Amino acid sequence: MYSRAYKSAVTIPPLLWVAFFLLVPYAILFCYSFWSVSSLQTVVHNWNLQNYAQLFRNPLYLTVLLRSIRIAGAVTLLALLLGYPLAYYLSFHAAKRKDLLYQLVIIPLWASYLVRGYAWKTILGSDGVLNGFLQYLHITHRPVEFFLYSPFAVILTLTHIYTPFTFLPIYASLEHVPGNLVEASQDLGASPFSTFLHVILPLSLPGILAGATFAFVLTLGDFLAPLLVGGPSGIMISNIVVSLFGAAYNWPLGAAISFCMLLFVVTLLLATERLEKRFTIS
Amino acid sequence: MSSALTSARVKSAASEALLSIRKVEKQFAKRAVLRGISLEVASGEFLTILGESGSGKTTLLRLIAGFEQLDGGEIWMDGERLDEIPAYRRQVNTVFQSYAIFPHLSVFENVAYGLRAKAVPRNEIPSRVTQALAMVKMREFERSAPSRLSGGQQQRVALARALVNRPRVLLLDEPLSALDANLRRQMQIELKSLQREVGITFIFVTHDQEEAMALSDRIALLRAGRLEQVDQPREIYGCPKTAYAAQFIGQTNLLRAEVQEGIASAGPITWPTAGPSGPAIFSLRPESIRLAANSQPAAARGSSTRFQGQIKNQTFGGAMDLLEIDCGNSYVIRGRVPSPGSLSGQQQFEFDAADAVRVVESSDT
Repeated sequence: MYSRAYKSAVTIPPLLWVAFFLLVPYAILFCYSFWSVSSLQTVVHNWNLQNYAQLFRNPLYLTVLLRSIRIAGAVTLLALLLGYPLAYYLSFHAAKRKDLLYQLVIIPLWASYLVRGYAWKTILGSDGVLNGFLQYLHITHRPVEFFLYSPFAVILTLTHIYTPFTFLPIYASLEHVPGNLVEASQDLGASPFSTFLHVILPLSLPGILAGATFAFVLTLGDFLAPLLVGGPSGIMISNIVVSLFGAAYNWPLGAAISFCMLLFVVTLLLATERLEKRFTIS
Repeated sequence: MSSALTSARVKSAASEALLSIRKVEKQFAKRAVLRGISLEVASGEFLTILGESGSGKTTLLRLIAGFEQLDGGEIWMDGERLDEIPAYRRQVNTVFQSYAIFPHLSVFENVAYGLRAKAVPRNEIPSRVTQALAMVKMREFERSAPSRLSGGQQQRVALARALVNRPRVLLLDEPLSALDANLRRQMQIELKSLQREVGITFIFVTHDQEEAMALSDRIALLRAGRLEQVDQPREIYGCPKTAYAAQFIGQTNLLRAEVQEGIASAGPITWPTAGPSGPAIFSLRPESIRLAANSQPAAARGSSTRFQGQIKNQTFGGAMDLLEIDCGNSYVIRGRVPSPGSLSGQQQFEFDAADAVRVVESSDT
């Protein structure tokens, strides 16, 4: 057993850190969401629910929020479709190349987010690599504009950025599927596909849930990708928050949106955590 | 010791072999694990593959199950090549050492797994599962989650899950090794009676020679990837062919003797033997050694051989005591005799010359 002094020494600093730099700012933000901005562009401390009412009255916010959820859903789905087969291959079939392939998946995480964002800009732009290639092959005759500055570009970029985050928990859960269960399934007459469906997939469900949560939550809160490659039609909810705290100078409304998102994300995390627990077998 | 009847039974069993393992070879990373294993297993037989860890016994089992591929040789079942069929199409089921119960399925669904995989008609499944669980006395646990079961109970579920498929051959990979001693003995008895009941061929892997002797119709003794001896338990115990077999199955005294004109002599002990002259190794079981009655006249001894020795150590063992007897010049022999009370000093011992079995030195790996 550890002594009380040791336990306090280890736990108190991070707790203080979280309290001062997370909980206190959240509390201040929470207060802001009930205040308003006067015509003189100053924040007035008159407590009301105007900001929250505006969220539901102004269709712009709801539209962008729904679009953000759609984009996050699409990215999650694509990241799962890419990440799961990759993790499955690495875990069951890669044999000697396992470590190398694993590194190849992880290395992009070390490159700066901005670098990867700009890379896609270079690829998708009207003078970009993709358009150049298509014109070289005479598939198109002038640059295709909608590659860049569209929800499509946002989804593509974010899928690229967040697939490793989805891959990692899935890979970890597949690595923990006991080999003798796979053999037992074969032994009992199940074909490889049936074994996958009835043993491997159910046992990797916690990993799928964790990976999907990563992709969804990270995408939902993302504002850089829409900024770099999204254009007006690819704007997401976080971009609105950024502009409300910046140029628009409406901190109260920005705070209200932030809180709604926070509530949504926390609810989602709690739900998936409960689901994960249900599917995790000791 | 071998009667004509039993050897005839073995012979006829071999001719109607269900499973035929022919010159099987297996390497892992260029290291030979199995070298030219040939073995016939009869229908309804309880065969034990016995060996130390690393002898290749589990590998042999996994080859039959289809989890490993042969590097040489063939495996046949019922007149068909078995080794060319994928594991999931073999009419063979395995009880795994660590049970391998599906943790996400109930006991019922675990047992039903094989039936569903083979598309057994839906309405047949519940009755077959219930029957299989009843066979291993686990009916009341049908709805339980595996995590709530003890090791022994999981073991029973694993048995039911395999047997419900009515396999031609049931493979058991050290299934009792994780159980405590009492439960283990109880499961041995149940396993044996279960096998008689269902009449399925059991191939049982273990490193425990007592377990092997208690359960098996025949024992295949494996050593460093080769078969040392394949025989019935009584045969392999009574007439071990090699020094290794004699030592591994039961306790024994290995006497390195010199044979000259029908007389073997090892240290201070001599006895008559029929074999050829020259150096030889004999196996003499401790229980073949008796305390000799001192007054008995030499003429009444018959074929028994006497020797004298100093009691070096006496270990009380209930009905039988284990004696370490120093016959002079530090030539120590172990004897197991009905508990005689405390012994000390010089004593006379005797054994029947026929009980000293001539064995060959096993070639080293």
